[in-house]
Amino acid sequence: MDTAPITTEGPDEPDGPDVTATAATAATTAPTGAADRFREVQSSAEFGELRRTQRSFAFPLTLAFVSWYLLYVLLSNYAGDFMGSTVLGNINVAFVLGLAQFLTTFLIAWWYSRHAAAKLDPKAEALRARLEAGE
Amino acid sequence: MTSVPSALHTGIPLAAGAASEHRTLIITLFSVFVAATLAITVWAGRQTKDATDFYAGGRSFTGFQNGLAISGDYMSAASFLGIAGAIALYGYDGFLYSIGFLVAWLVALLLVAEPLRNSGRFTMADALAYRLKQRPVRTAAGTSTIVVSIFYLLAQMIGAGALVALLLGASGEGSRRWIIGLVGLVMVLYVTIGGMKGTTWVQIVKAVLLILGTLLITVLVLNKVGWNVSTLLGRAAEESGKGKAFLEPGLQYGKDGTTKLNFISLGLALVLGTAGLPHILIRFYTVPTAKAARKSVNWAIGIIGAFYLMTIALGFGAAALVGSKSITASDPSGNTAAPLLAQEVGGGAGSTGGAVLLAVISAVAFATILAVVAGLTLASSASFAHDLWANVIRKGKTSEKEEVLTAKCAAVVIGAVAIALSIFAHRLNAAAVVALAFAVAASANLPTILYSLFWKRFTTRGALWSIYGGLISSVGLVIFSPVVSGSEKALFPGMSFDYFPLGNPGLVSIPLGFLLGWIGSLLSEPEPDADAKYAELEVRSLTGHGAH
Repeated sequence: MDTAPITTEGPDEPDGPDVTATAATAATTAPTGAADRFREVQSSAEFGELRRTQRSFAFPLTLAFVSWYLLYVLLSNYAGDFMGSTVLGNINVAFVLGLAQFLTTFLIAWWYSRHAAAKLDPKAEALRARLEAGE
Repeated sequence: MTSVPSALHTGIPLAAGAASEHRTLIITLFSVFVAATLAITVWAGRQTKDATDFYAGGRSFTGFQNGLAISGDYMSAASFLGIAGAIALYGYDGFLYSIGFLVAWLVALLLVAEPLRNSGRFTMADALAYRLKQRPVRTAAGTSTIVVSIFYLLAQMIGAGALVALLLGASGEGSRRWIIGLVGLVMVLYVTIGGMKGTTWVQIVKAVLLILGTLLITVLVLNKVGWNVSTLLGRAAEESGKGKAFLEPGLQYGKDGTTKLNFISLGLALVLGTAGLPHILIRFYTVPTAKAARKSVNWAIGIIGAFYLMTIALGFGAAALVGSKSITASDPSGNTAAPLLAQEVGGGAGSTGGAVLLAVISAVAFATILAVVAGLTLASSASFAHDLWANVIRKGKTSEKEEVLTAKCAAVVIGAVAIALSIFAHRLNAAAVVALAFAVAASANLPTILYSLFWKRFTTRGALWSIYGGLISSVGLVIFSPVVSGSEKALFPGMSFDYFPLGNPGLVSIPLGFLLGWIGSLLSEPEPDADAKYAELEVRSLTGHGAH
């Protein structure tokens, strides 16, 4: 958010060689109290809910589409006869499954965006508003 | 003599001859593109005042604009020339590239785009070094950014080399150097004058041109086969001389156990590489919010998906209408299949329509290469200036002005590297070389990105082991692979040190990158303040609080 009152005049904070730096981008972090605030928010019920909503959707779905894609790769490799069987004219199973990968990609993208707009964005915005009001 | 035997006799040289008659047209079209994009670049340059403008286009782009720009950055010579060639020569096996390149976007959408947008500022390393020791992690991430970009650059220069050879024939060695040099020069101008803002607009213009050009060829191809995909596939299979096998998996990768493993390796690299490509990741910083980043990925998936669907028509169309003999005669790896197809559907070699369409598609392909090379140059020079120079060498004691100036100087050097790489610009398929860049990105970058976003116990040592381990193993295995030596199509065909049998290292190096990140973390003390740092990262990446 460029409108936020952040310092943009310098590059990241200078970091000594062995100092674990405050995050390079954490220009908004106030020197004191800020760390406690982040931990306070992190352990809040609302944040836990937001994190759960994000992860319980994204992680299983990632596992699912990667498995589905790898299944397709493995079928191409080791199930040649099945993949070569005719569906219609010169169109075979391999071609149909390839197109199915396109279709599932479009559907998952659409599904995730709907989920995010309905379930994630309102929660994230409420938490951000609270964080920014508390400054 | 009638023209038929001479056409049969000379095949491709005739195509080049026809092209040379209309070379003025190609040069005119390409000059219009260069002039228009340079004008945009100068305009964008006038609005580029600070580092945020230069690196991130002022974060002023909309989700749709950035979606187009991402598509422009992503649909490279590998996608346009490489995939069309791979399908035209190997049929169904070439289609895996289209599928893997697209499915990969879901990793970026579901796991990476939004948290990265919220926690980073200018480069990939911003997000990676967020809660770890800055200097070593930035050095590692900056190094791998530059290595991945150089592999990607090599693929683009292969595309450029193949195009120039097609248009000028073997006699054009002098002009070839001249043209490649010009490509390098224009690209450096885009980046140094226009920064991210100018480069983004170049991507947008190029994405629109590429989609329109591909759509035109697709319509003409489908029209030739009566809008029946089955007829197209049938004719492609027949012309290929391989029959039904052309439409089934295995023609390129089904020979034996090793080639099958190579297919899995390639598939893995494709699906996990995208979310680790630095020049794609920095695109998420050009929009104001994580929500806009999500929107831009959605647009990109739609546009890129539509494009890859059309590669079916390009690839099988080239196989059916041009034929693999003419394609390999022009370029052994098939990189010129798409322009040859354009010439064919325009009316064939020697016809005006054929020459015009060849000129249009060649100009689009040049525009594609130019834009992608500019995007890669921006990503790697930004990482050099922001990560290596400002934060590591100068330890943060630079002014913003000095940092941007450093980035511009780095862009000139990387432009020179790209031109030098064009010496190797032949024999390999552009899509296969880009798949190597994907393998390096998936091995060296993706593990650290995911661990640092989602694993509290991740440490600096884990990051360094993972980045360097993934980088060294993937690049090392490529060096000892059949891609570099030991076969006729290799980079160095005369030598043989191909001790690693797979052409793509992903199967070994990607799990290794993940494993090293995990072991390295467990074998080191937790980071000081790990709880507080992770709390801050988690809250910021999910809520967008304090995002730049």
